[in-house]
Amino acid sequence: MTQLALVIDLNVCVGCHACVTSCKEWNTSGSAGPLSDFNPYDRDPTGAFFNRVQSFEVGEFPNTQTVHFPKSCLHCEDPPCVPVCPTGASYKRAEDGIVLVDYDKCIGCKYCAWACPYGVRELDEKSQVMTKCTLCVDRITDVALPEAERKPACVLACPTNARLFGDIHDPDSAVSTAIRENAGYALMPEWGTHPANHYLPRRRTERHLHADELQRADNPLKVDGLQPKPPKSDPALDDVMSW
Amino acid sequence: MNPRVSVILLTTLIGAGQGLFIALYVVETGVLLDLVAAPIRPWFYFYGALLAFIVTSAGLVASVFHLGRPARAWRSATQWRTSWLSREVIVLPAFLGVVALYAAAHFLGWNGTYGSTQGSFADPTMLIGFTGTLLALALYVCTGMVYACLPFLREWATPLTVINYTLLGLASGFALAAAATLAAPPVVRLFAACALVFTALGFAGRLASLARNARLRPKSTLQTAIGIKHPRIVQTSQGFMGGSFNTREFFHGRSTKFVRAVRWFFLLGAFAVPALLLAAGVAGVGKSVVVAAFVIQYVGLLAERWYFFAQANHPQNLYYQAIA
Repeated sequence: MTQLALVIDLNVCVGCHACVTSCKEWNTSGSAGPLSDFNPYDRDPTGAFFNRVQSFEVGEFPNTQTVHFPKSCLHCEDPPCVPVCPTGASYKRAEDGIVLVDYDKCIGCKYCAWACPYGVRELDEKSQVMTKCTLCVDRITDVALPEAERKPACVLACPTNARLFGDIHDPDSAVSTAIRENAGYALMPEWGTHPANHYLPRRRTERHLHADELQRADNPLKVDGLQPKPPKSDPALDDVMSW
Repeated sequence: MNPRVSVILLTTLIGAGQGLFIALYVVETGVLLDLVAAPIRPWFYFYGALLAFIVTSAGLVASVFHLGRPARAWRSATQWRTSWLSREVIVLPAFLGVVALYAAAHFLGWNGTYGSTQGSFADPTMLIGFTGTLLALALYVCTGMVYACLPFLREWATPLTVINYTLLGLASGFALAAAATLAAPPVVRLFAACALVFTALGFAGRLASLARNARLRPKSTLQTAIGIKHPRIVQTSQGFMGGSFNTREFFHGRSTKFVRAVRWFFLLGAFAVPALLLAAGVAGVGKSVVVAAFVIQYVGLLAERWYFFAQANHPQNLYYQAIA
């Protein structure tokens, strides 16, 4: 079984919001209609987004770290938002595990948003239906696109390659490898939702310097110094200067 | 959570409507068993059922305002296998239908089987009343479970939610029955006594849930929310400045002082004051105290429901602590 997911490397994310804007750009221009905004160029702009980048400060000065934290639907393997939907508009695709909303069935009762502990579902205030990350389902399945572009817009936009996309049920995929080898974790494990999206933790980057890296043992400039000095009586190259 | 007027009206109105219908069925059963001595006029059940129908329908109408796409509401009856909301959506119209049928049966005089003047449990009105009572009780369970089945909202995820929805609905329903009926004083006193009992039980249940919720420790923290193990994590930006669905739907934006005031208001308005007035009604002081009891209790229950929603602290709020 396939479970498509994102793996987000918090160690690499610089909080540039490129994933947010490219997500909005792609998903507001699609066949599902616009993701509406209100007062976009005015006071209190608001609108529906599938993806948000938040920032947290961890620790106390001077030992602080700023963590940029992109947040979108985690496509839980046991999604609590799906069984509560009274109309069946909220569903999880069997073939690839993407949690989707059928915009033609949604009645906008907001109950699924109540049932999601992560707060990743946002009601589109204009169309009055629940919207959420689709993993760019219209893009990743589009055979008209070159294979390399069949990825979510956010993944393609990330300038630091902090977002990986793939099948976490395939043990050899890049995402599975990243989760396994870089201690990938899921959010709020206490609710048993088994999020498909994983996050890679911040890692301390340390440089270990050995003495022979500071002064190379085989430094060719020093090689001569190790040679025995010729005695003064030996002839010099030009018969004038001594060694 | 941000309390919505439509949902507050829905839950309080249908609760009272269901309780009112059960009150009618209790009287009809009591008459049959010779427990209610007072003569019941033939229009008593019809007008009672009509009022229950109107009150419950008003709740249903209010609920429509909660929907973004009301025209598609019929779809919400499809997922009864998994969704308590869907079950509520099925049981509520079914209950309304049975209430209408009950009113019609009494209007047409479908009691007194086989022409006998003495009623029996096999009367159409009794059978319809029994069905309606079962549906009313089922609707209490559905309404309560809509909230109690969400494990993340820990203030709601308790059997007390279902118990309180049932008890408070019954209390206000019987109080409404006592206030609205033109029947003889013994019937009014019966209704008032039942309302008093349910108000007392509801008070105990609500205090129990308040005590439980006061001791709740959040399961989700900022540490589990972003998966970083450090005792001090502070949000510096939620990613936008002008608000979003997440900030509007899950925060009530009132001060702790205001919320506490609402709690005192509903403890007095939904329980203490109506209990005193209902006790006076049972003692036979007069009709006006019973009417006052219902009106005050209903206003108190509106506050109670507001508090019920406002008190629920959604774990998603962890992600929306600082604008920038």
